[in-house]
Amino acid sequence: MSSISSADTKTETRTRREPNKLLRFLNSKKVVPYIFVSPFILTFLVLTLYPAIQGIIMSFQSVLPGQVEFIGMQNYTRIFNDTFFTALSNTTIFVVLTVLILTILPMLLAVLLDSKYVKLKTLFRASLFVPALTSTIVGGMIFRLMFGEQDTAVANQILNFVGGDSVNWRFTAWAGMFLMVVLASWRWIGVNILYFLAALQNISDELYEAADIDGASAFQKLRFITIPHLKPIIIFVSTITIINGFRMFEESFVFWEAGSPGNIGLTVVGYIYQQGIQQNDMGFGAAVGVVLMLIIFLVSFVYLLLTGTFKKGEE
Amino acid sequence: MAKDQKNKTLWKWVANIGLGIICFIALFPIISLVVSSFMPSSVLMRNGITFNIDWEQLSFYNYQYIFTEAASYWSWYGNSLVISALTIVLSLFFSSMVGYALAMYEFKGRNFFFVLVLFILMVPFEILMLPLYQLMISTQLINTYLAVILPMVVAPVAVFFFRQYALGLPKALMDAARIDGSTEYGIFFKIMLPLMGPSLAAMAILQGLASWNNFLWPLLVLRSNDMFTLPIGLATLLTPYGNNYDVLIAGSVMTIIPIIILFIVFQRFFISGLTVGGVKG
Repeated sequence: MSSISSADTKTETRTRREPNKLLRFLNSKKVVPYIFVSPFILTFLVLTLYPAIQGIIMSFQSVLPGQVEFIGMQNYTRIFNDTFFTALSNTTIFVVLTVLILTILPMLLAVLLDSKYVKLKTLFRASLFVPALTSTIVGGMIFRLMFGEQDTAVANQILNFVGGDSVNWRFTAWAGMFLMVVLASWRWIGVNILYFLAALQNISDELYEAADIDGASAFQKLRFITIPHLKPIIIFVSTITIINGFRMFEESFVFWEAGSPGNIGLTVVGYIYQQGIQQNDMGFGAAVGVVLMLIIFLVSFVYLLLTGTFKKGEE
Repeated sequence: MAKDQKNKTLWKWVANIGLGIICFIALFPIISLVVSSFMPSSVLMRNGITFNIDWEQLSFYNYQYIFTEAASYWSWYGNSLVISALTIVLSLFFSSMVGYALAMYEFKGRNFFFVLVLFILMVPFEILMLPLYQLMISTQLINTYLAVILPMVVAPVAVFFFRQYALGLPKALMDAARIDGSTEYGIFFKIMLPLMGPSLAAMAILQGLASWNNFLWPLLVLRSNDMFTLPIGLATLLTPYGNNYDVLIAGSVMTIIPIIILFIVFQRFFISGLTVGGVKG
């Protein structure tokens, strides 16, 4: 009897030990980090690496339903046409304008919001952030009605009031660009103010106190203390704005849907959408995508080089 | 000294009034949206948004119409709610896990993964869009919630943010918990995740916003009217003829409501969450 029972317990402990081993393995400090990181690895492989490679391959193909054919560089040689250059120049103007507006303005507003002169800080912050809560579609729709071509629409009312002529906003090249830039700036300003506000918390008050003792003016404090300390966040915000600017699509779509008169609102991503999805020419769309990626890498790299971001390692 | 004092009060006035004007300009479009939502669409079509509002013409008609007639509006609303909720929950869960591991464990490939996250951060989604769209077609995920959600489940921005935040967590807690016999998963879920609360709240707002307002990708993968999300549904009403402004404007006002609720619930943590994330290098 006793021998049987001892054998029983043995098998019992053995069967219990097997899953234990597995559990211990899954719980070891060597394995756990990989399990934690695995969702990232998986999504990276399936949703980034695969489409990236596929996109590059597609850019050398003519992709039609059921028949895929390698056509060498043909897609790339086709890219250099007037429509693409219109899209690229629209996008570039948009990037330059939004970077200037969305870096300088939020920085000054954040400094102002952080100063001791300002009451009602929370109210001001919240109201500047509210536009970020709306979608581009909703925002764009309000802007369409505010910048309507009628004399009665708000923008033209103001223009007429100060003695100007009404503008046909969505059908004039400069006004179309103005609409896209204003819409993007309006929506993003609150987010960028938050980034700057967060960075301002990190500048120690002692620096300003020392400057006060030296008799520095408010402008000197901004020039010699605040801006140098904000440099990393200025670079961060402007780099993000550059990348987002090159990706722009919605601001254009909401004003003109599929096509703007004379392509005044066409952007590079809009061109990808138009060619790749609407015209069903996915190979060509993919090629435009690859070119866009190269442009973004080049521009951000040169920008980061010029602003000295890469030098940090040497210091 | 007296002159100095005078100067200071002057500056105070200038700063406050200036900010007040800027905030008014920022809020003006939203205020116009709300006022216009009570206006008949014929008037909106004729005048656009205007300063001379005829207050007598305002009515609840547009809202009445949405609540009684606009069936597809509510299915868009439901789709957007489900997709955003799932995106927030899944992306917070997975991204915090990845960010935490990158910050707290020493393991082979850790730096490689981190550089990869930064790299993906720089690759615009629009470039992967066409091949991904093809992938969704071949896996027959087109026109499903999953197709919309999948690309957002592990957001590199969120991973980066959570890593920065987790760097500031006390590692000694991990050892203490191990001595108490806690598993690594227990440490994460029971101890560390609650400590990451403010960063989770900040990311819930940002991810929620991104998903709720997402446009281009859902536009590609959602096909049928009853599967549309709000921005796409509203965009289909934005025809060149613009004769749907009644539904459009009132509907737009109601799209902002959930996001304002989300913001109010989490905003206490929002700036503090962002700040701590920004401090640690």
